[in-house]
Amino acid sequence: MNNAQIEIQLIASLVAIACAIPGTFLVLRKMAMISDAISHSILPGIVVGFFITQDLNSPLLILLAAFTGIITVVLVEYIQKTGLVKEDTAIGLVFPALFSIGVILIAKNANDVHLDVDAVLLGELAFAPFDRLMVSGIDIGPKSLWIIGSILLITVCLLFAFFKELKLSTFDKGLAASLGFSPVILHYGLMSVASVTTVGAFDAVGAILVVALMIAPAATAYLLTTDLKKMLGLAILFGVFSAISGYWVAHWLDASIAGSITTMLGLLFLMVYLFAPSKGVIAVLYREKQQRTEVSLLTFLLHLKNHSELEERHVNHLQEHINWQKVRAKTVLDLAIKNNMITINENIVSLTKKGDEFTSKAIDYIITNEDAQIEDMKDDFFLFRG
Amino acid sequence: MDIQEYFRLVFSDYTLRTITLGTAILGAVCGMLGSFAVLRKQSLLGDAISHAALPGIAIAFLITGAKDSNTLLLGALVSGLVGTFWIRGIVTKTHLKSDTALGLILSLFFGFGMLLLTFIQKQPNANQAGLDKYLFGQAATLVESDVWLMATVTGVCLIVLLLFWKEFKILLFDADYTKTLGFNTKFIDILITTFIVLAIVLGLQTVGVVLMSAMLLAPAAAARQWTNSLSTMVILAAVFGAFSGVFGTAISASQNNLSTGPVIVLVAAVFVLFSFVFSPSRGVLFKQIRFIKNRRDLELHKTLAFMYNIAETHDNISHPHTIKILNNFQGFTRGTLQKLVDKNYVTLDGNMWSLTEEGFKTASNLYNQQNKSDE
Repeated sequence: MNNAQIEIQLIASLVAIACAIPGTFLVLRKMAMISDAISHSILPGIVVGFFITQDLNSPLLILLAAFTGIITVVLVEYIQKTGLVKEDTAIGLVFPALFSIGVILIAKNANDVHLDVDAVLLGELAFAPFDRLMVSGIDIGPKSLWIIGSILLITVCLLFAFFKELKLSTFDKGLAASLGFSPVILHYGLMSVASVTTVGAFDAVGAILVVALMIAPAATAYLLTTDLKKMLGLAILFGVFSAISGYWVAHWLDASIAGSITTMLGLLFLMVYLFAPSKGVIAVLYREKQQRTEVSLLTFLLHLKNHSELEERHVNHLQEHINWQKVRAKTVLDLAIKNNMITINENIVSLTKKGDEFTSKAIDYIITNEDAQIEDMKDDFFLFRG
Repeated sequence: MDIQEYFRLVFSDYTLRTITLGTAILGAVCGMLGSFAVLRKQSLLGDAISHAALPGIAIAFLITGAKDSNTLLLGALVSGLVGTFWIRGIVTKTHLKSDTALGLILSLFFGFGMLLLTFIQKQPNANQAGLDKYLFGQAATLVESDVWLMATVTGVCLIVLLLFWKEFKILLFDADYTKTLGFNTKFIDILITTFIVLAIVLGLQTVGVVLMSAMLLAPAAAARQWTNSLSTMVILAAVFGAFSGVFGTAISASQNNLSTGPVIVLVAAVFVLFSFVFSPSRGVLFKQIRFIKNRRDLELHKTLAFMYNIAETHDNISHPHTIKILNNFQGFTRGTLQKLVDKNYVTLDGNMWSLTEEGFKTASNLYNQQNKSDE
């Protein structure tokens, strides 16, 4: 690893951390698409800022562009407040219009401006180490590193200072407002941080990757935990992991760094989406199947309890009576036997004492709906789950 | 370029004619299907799908190695559909909300697409140039066969819309009821979503992935302001879409250095702004005017009711009173008094006013009505 490579990975990791922090709150507040809107609509701000400062890394440009981001949020909220369209439509109307203005501004001044839309949207991390910050003639590292570093520092300070307020207003707006924390100030504060981060990061990694780095790590973490602190930690971890592994994938494929970091984020999300312990798709599907079998078992036990006649309880009869397929009937019977709920004597099924007790409790639960949860009851009675 | 020359060129110049036709058809089909997207609260789906189509284009190119726009569009369609159904999977199977799912699919697919595009650019295949036109769209690359394709798709889409009109409509407004009626809601849902994806994919070449969502939304959002009927809205949206296409092309053709896509989007945005402000029933302007008018009426009525209360205490309702006693009353101005005189509710005599018979009746009726509505 040479110096430039380390610097690129450092920048990518810092961007990932700086994005993951506001991203977590955006995901929790159901405002993820706002970050997409901001990342597009900062374009006119960047262009105007560039006309004034002639320097993509100047702090003035970052502030101007971030201001455009805030304007987007205000516009979206204003349109939404008129009640003419829903919030998502308002978002979808505002950012393409602002983005178009930016594209046209660039196109009209194409000759004087060293700036093109591709660069803004896609970024090029590989060039980041070449633009260096000089202080009184001494090279103190790449400019983007300093910019994103200071943004990250501010974000972390704000996070520690307002963690409690943010947490409260995210999960219970009403309580936060009644305790005297202005939801408006917190909302716009978060939006400002998101805007500044987007602008600070776009130069290095592009506007689209900023969106990916904000939403994907937070969403992935959200599938694994419901604790805010853990979620923040996991999101940062996922972001940094994808940043570094993405860099090496790009190095290996000789392709865009931003693209491969996003791809790594995508793979990570796919893995967690499929295999997360309790909220992944496989776990959910398995649980659904388990519940289906257990509901069938319960129906079956109720049937047994209601019928004392021998012919109603004959094994062969069950199949046609409750209209189950053979395989399903066998699964349910096996489960019942394993749990000592029934005994089978000469093909006649009868409830055991335990099965009888369980069924009575289940009926009680179904009728009154106030006894203990059915899941707790299952835990008490079942040795094996469906 | 003046208007006459523009019209001459539209009919004689191949490129301009093709682009104008293409953008008009695209605008129309997007407006039509966009109405459904907006009403189904899937406005941002367009944004997500258009981004999600990018890896499909790249993979189609990697597999076939050719830049035939039909195969590329097919790739885009498949990848757009995969994105759409994954979004649905995330929303139904996990506790992530739809905005997170949209943002995830949008950025992840787009990033993967960029990875593939940059990977393709490094390949020793000279054919790859121009794939990135799908990013921002280039209407100038439209050829006649593209327009034919768009026209065919629009035709099919029209037929399907007419065939399944009542199913689409009922699913749109009451999904649960549709299910109880025995319609296959899943099928209808997939059908309409597929057509929305198709429209988006068709537009990629012209306006590009970033601005495609506006093509879908803006005409529909504008049309929504003028009507409460679905059929009128769909037709209006198609008209708005087609006009934004034509005007956008005309404006961008009249100047140098103006790419067509952004101009079309801005024209559509102007349509939306105009509709938001000037629509008679929902528009901001008329709403404000109605608001002011209501407030004035209310003040007028308040003054009248106050006068009525005074007049009531006298045997003769036309007994004159000084204007001064009205001054304590909030909402009273010379203007409202003059208005009451104009309406013949009050007569003025120097510094004195008196209620007329008509004014007394109106005021008592006003009072009764208020009582009634309170009950």
